[in-house]
Amino acid sequence: MTSLRKLAYAAALAVCGLGAAGLPAEAQVKSATLDAVKKRGELNCGVDTGIPGFAFQDSAGKWKGLDVAYCRAIAAAVLGDAEKVKYVGVTTKVRFTVLQSGEIDVLIRDSTLTFTRDTQLNLSPIAVNFYAGQAFMVKKSLKVASSKELNGATICMLTGATLELNIADYGAANGIKINSLLFDKPEEAFAAAEAGRCDGYSDDSGSVAAARSTMKTPDDWMILPEIISKEPLGIFAREGDEKWGDILKWTHMILLTAEEMGVTKANADQIKASKPVDPFMQRLLGIDEDFGKPLGLDGDWSYRIIQAVGNYGEIYDEYFGPKALGLPRGTNNLWTKGGLQYALPLR
Amino acid sequence: MALADTAVLIARQPAPRQQKRGSFRAFAWQGLFLCALALFAWFVIANASDNLAARNMNFGFAFLSQRTGFDIPFHIVPWSTADSYGRALWVCLLNTLLAAAIGIVLGSLLGFLLGVMRLSANWLARSLSLAIIEIVRNTPQLLQIIFWYVVMIQALPPPRNGLALPGGMILSVRGLNMPSIEMGAAGLWPFLLLVAALCLVPVFRGLRRRHRAFGWAAPLLPAIALMLVLLSVDHLDYPTLRGFNYVGGVVVPPELIALVGGLSLYMSAFVAEIVRASLQGIARGQREAASSLGLSGAQALFLVILPQALRVMIPQLTNQYLNLTKSTSLGAAIAYPELVQIYAGTVLNQTGRALETMFLVMIIFLGINLAISGFMAWYNARVAIVER
Repeated sequence: MTSLRKLAYAAALAVCGLGAAGLPAEAQVKSATLDAVKKRGELNCGVDTGIPGFAFQDSAGKWKGLDVAYCRAIAAAVLGDAEKVKYVGVTTKVRFTVLQSGEIDVLIRDSTLTFTRDTQLNLSPIAVNFYAGQAFMVKKSLKVASSKELNGATICMLTGATLELNIADYGAANGIKINSLLFDKPEEAFAAAEAGRCDGYSDDSGSVAAARSTMKTPDDWMILPEIISKEPLGIFAREGDEKWGDILKWTHMILLTAEEMGVTKANADQIKASKPVDPFMQRLLGIDEDFGKPLGLDGDWSYRIIQAVGNYGEIYDEYFGPKALGLPRGTNNLWTKGGLQYALPLR
Repeated sequence: MALADTAVLIARQPAPRQQKRGSFRAFAWQGLFLCALALFAWFVIANASDNLAARNMNFGFAFLSQRTGFDIPFHIVPWSTADSYGRALWVCLLNTLLAAAIGIVLGSLLGFLLGVMRLSANWLARSLSLAIIEIVRNTPQLLQIIFWYVVMIQALPPPRNGLALPGGMILSVRGLNMPSIEMGAAGLWPFLLLVAALCLVPVFRGLRRRHRAFGWAAPLLPAIALMLVLLSVDHLDYPTLRGFNYVGGVVVPPELIALVGGLSLYMSAFVAEIVRASLQGIARGQREAASSLGLSGAQALFLVILPQALRVMIPQLTNQYLNLTKSTSLGAAIAYPELVQIYAGTVLNQTGRALETMFLVMIIFLGINLAISGFMAWYNARVAIVER
């Protein structure tokens, strides 16, 4: 018994010793991307060239959208200013090459996180900021109620995405043949669908809602109930810079945690002033000064994120809510409300 | 021993000093240039492979045998989603070649017509040709193709009220649906025979001209082959509306029509100018001589002027053909599945092999265009004036 205790003691000592040896290295955060961004004083953020909801420019040329809010959040955390972002609009075709070559620091462009992209493109899937699935939009006049009735139909969509593969798989699984017509740019695909060149349009559920909003008479179009694939859309970084990946990942977690704990852009200051004792709240609001150290940031980084963009729910409402595209939260709700968005603890 | 003797002989000959020094210098410069080029190539390749290695990527074509899993909406050879990336390359190469071939033929014919009209004595024909040429050649080609595509899909009726054309053809926004010829048990053999017969016609015509045996076959051979084709046709498959679309027959998609129309119209404007310049380049006396012999205007054009003008035209035409072939890549903008759309788009994205796919597309275009210019050079040599 005692010998076992001794052994455990020795083992504990050894672990602590190792831990102690590891400490100095850990304290000094090494991230080439973080250094480059700080030196440049600007975050190069790869976003969509223009899709309502995710990334688009308003009439004044200002970038808006869910993905854009993430760019702003990262800039606020790293550079202390949400405005210090250079938006690089990238097409489906070039997005990964642009990221691989280092022209952008992070890719947040409604891109699906997949096996191939992780293992063969050597990209780092960071987090899912939008759960979507491929959906179909058809003209009401076709009198189709389900995507299983689309045998022989031609569907317009964008090239260079997972869409074509999903459609082929879905057709094969259901014993039907759905033809796809592939376009480079959304506008061309919309125009072709509108002109009747295809029977419908297909994209991720969020984008289909966006597409419907751009049609001449959105009421002529209906979105079919089936979601034929899983499309976890999210953040990609280059592989090989773990620390940078950590910053991106925890930016997402801060947005979720803030919503979970009821912290909004509006009430953050008020809650901070009330000196909360909850350690999670202390970290979230920058009261715990050491919270940023493991990331190579200061303690205020998470507080700045909330100040700049609010919490996840606020962002979603702004771009997908009833006043915008009218897409129900569904799977994008917090786990506590029946959704899939689940933040890791700020422990 | 013989080699040594030759060497002595060469050494004994009084070499023209000036020329020798010049050739050595030229040789040295060329060698130096070659070295520099090799160094540069080595640098580029080493740099690229370093960069690839730094990103844990490798260069290779093993992906060509992988299953694709995507649909190619228009294909002239069978295609299914279970086929490989290598097969996809073949399918979209054929799509590219089809567009280029039709574009070149149509563009040449239209260009020739416009060029002759441009020199016509008729004011209307001359002005019309001028207007078409100036509008077409002074606006961007991509814009024209998108314009034709948009106009076409906006103007054509939906599939359910497609326009019925003679011969069982139906025109709708989904394209031109035509009846297809379904062959009987003999399959494609009669067609191959017909092609072979057509290829052999010049040979038999030569025999006939020299009054040799089998000369009779020149006109009869293709006729017999055509009879064979007609006899082995089983039935015509007419397109019929079922569900969303037409089934049966063959369909020419609007993307192909817009692409080929746009490309050939664009090229025809340039061809027209080439034709006009070449015809004007033929000495006036030729035409006068032709008319003094009693030849009509058309006869003079086709028998005297054109054969001479052709020699001037061919090198310029070659350039136009090469341009048109390269421009088929604009089809990607209007959803025509050609090499660039499928390979530099879908395949690049599915596999992440940017370098390899771009390399393949470039090599293929280089190959096609070298073949075209090779053929045109051969033809040029054939029609060139034999100087003695």
